[in-house]
Amino acid sequence: MIDFFWMPFVEFGFMQRALVACIALGLASGPIGVLLVMRRMSLAGDAISHAVLPGAAIGYLVAGMSFWVMGLAAFITAMLVAVLASVVSTYTSQREDASMAAFYLIALALGVAIISAHGSNVDLIHLLFGSVLAVDGPGLLLVASACSIALIVLAVIWRALLAGSFDPLFVALHGRSGKWANQLFMVTVVLTFVACFQTLGTLMAVGLFMLPATAARFWVRDITRTCILASVMAMLSGYMGLLVSYHVGLPSGPAIVLTAGVIYLLSLLAGKRDSLLAQKLRVRRHKSS
Amino acid sequence: MFQCLAKQFCALLLSVLTGAAFAAQDDQPIDVVASFSILADMVKQVGGSDVRVYSLVGPDSDSHVFNPTPNDAKALAKADLVVINGLGFEGWMKRLVQASGFKGPVVVASAGVETLEQEEDHHGHDHGKDHDKHDHDDGHEGKVDPHAWQDLRNARIYVANIRDALVKLRPENRDMIEQRAQSYIQEMEMLDAKLRSEFSSIPAERRKAIVSHDAFGYLAHAYDIDLIPVQGWTTGREASAADIAKLIRLIRDGKVHAYFVENMSDPRVLQRIASESGALPGGKLYSDALSAPGTEADTYLKMYEVNARRILDALNK
Repeated sequence: MIDFFWMPFVEFGFMQRALVACIALGLASGPIGVLLVMRRMSLAGDAISHAVLPGAAIGYLVAGMSFWVMGLAAFITAMLVAVLASVVSTYTSQREDASMAAFYLIALALGVAIISAHGSNVDLIHLLFGSVLAVDGPGLLLVASACSIALIVLAVIWRALLAGSFDPLFVALHGRSGKWANQLFMVTVVLTFVACFQTLGTLMAVGLFMLPATAARFWVRDITRTCILASVMAMLSGYMGLLVSYHVGLPSGPAIVLTAGVIYLLSLLAGKRDSLLAQKLRVRRHKSS
Repeated sequence: MFQCLAKQFCALLLSVLTGAAFAAQDDQPIDVVASFSILADMVKQVGGSDVRVYSLVGPDSDSHVFNPTPNDAKALAKADLVVINGLGFEGWMKRLVQASGFKGPVVVASAGVETLEQEEDHHGHDHGKDHDKHDHDDGHEGKVDPHAWQDLRNARIYVANIRDALVKLRPENRDMIEQRAQSYIQEMEMLDAKLRSEFSSIPAERRKAIVSHDAFGYLAHAYDIDLIPVQGWTTGREASAADIAKLIRLIRDGKVHAYFVENMSDPRVLQRIASESGALPGGKLYSDALSAPGTEADTYLKMYEVNARRILDALNK
């Protein structure tokens, strides 16, 4: 029993590091994922993963295959996209996800154009984005720091964020702090996402941020509890996905995201709130009464 | 110098006599489009000044994930000859050729080679005899290993196929083309014999190493060594935790002594394995692409020798 569930992590350092990375990511993914879902920005992660391309391309042209330069430049362009989208939605009537889509598409096209113009066929994205099995010491430190910073920032601006998520109009009418909270939130999101892309890969990062957050909403109503449940689900998916990858021989990123997907489907079917089963039960109760 | 000038003068005179249009067509080199850099180099070696070669996938690029540009289609459209590897290596080629409207001959360089089967485990040396998979161009279906150029004996067949195609297009230059092909094949034979004798002196228990992409099955088969891939089959595939754990155990048990990073796949997974198990890095191996012009592996023969030399050094350490 212990052999099956625990020995892989004792025997192999890469399994330990992968697990620790999943736990670090899980801690931050609860609150960030839930807030993104509540603000109807569930696809922000995917948008950010495309928005890094021009930065990565420029970094590559300037400094060659340097991880740090490419990573930093990627972070800057992703940030630019997120901040521009957020500013546009603050000052116009456009919704934030629409402006995000507009800016990330521009960034993506720009990135492809830059890469192609220089004739290099190097698959930048493949090189820029990491794999959960290849996490090394510095990579682990990067993910852990990004997630810790994200948690601290979120703790500070939590109230303003919640107000903004439930009632954007209220924030728009009352004071500046709400707007600032919004910008700061987007910066934090970009920081954590880009850090996780570079060490763990896009699919894995976006999957562990968004799937548990959507799944947790089928179980509890209270926002704090939803965040905690989402974090626990993310860590559990990481652990179980790694075990599946180890014992069955599936690639780790997909194995972890599929585990999170199974948890989501179970929640969708049988969660306590708003799931298909819960709706059916409620209908029946109404009919019988 | 003088002779050359005299020859040119005669040619000029001839062209004036026989009509300029005809001569201009004859002086034009054959436009050849090769699917990737290794084939392009072979065509250059055989064709010499009779050919102008365009390589669709350039040096240091991955042929498994190729995105053609309009320039590529343009080059194809005005080409006289297209050279591909075949064996399902260029899954994207068929559609590109159709889209460009190219109507000329397509040479499958690997026609007639003895193919190897790709094995999941890659520990035995069985070889299925799946000859001539001309129509086998839609991705890596089936289990035939397409990287046949990693065996110098196959490379000779490649050269012969290219030679025959060029001769057919320029019968009047037959002598030159055949002569170049002949000396190229001789070079290959000499290198092959030299490497064979060096590989044969390695003791049986030191014949295993790890590679990051399963492209060296033919090389391993040719010199009777065992190269175990991490990713396996194509660079598009991701390794699983089980794969990596298996490799680390192999190295820890002392069965494998060296690992190699290719010129284009992700080195990070291998670096993790190495730092966890203490295997020695053997350096870069070139599988599907030459290195940039002017660097260590910018021709097929140089590439082959660099690869073999690195493997020899690592196994002898």
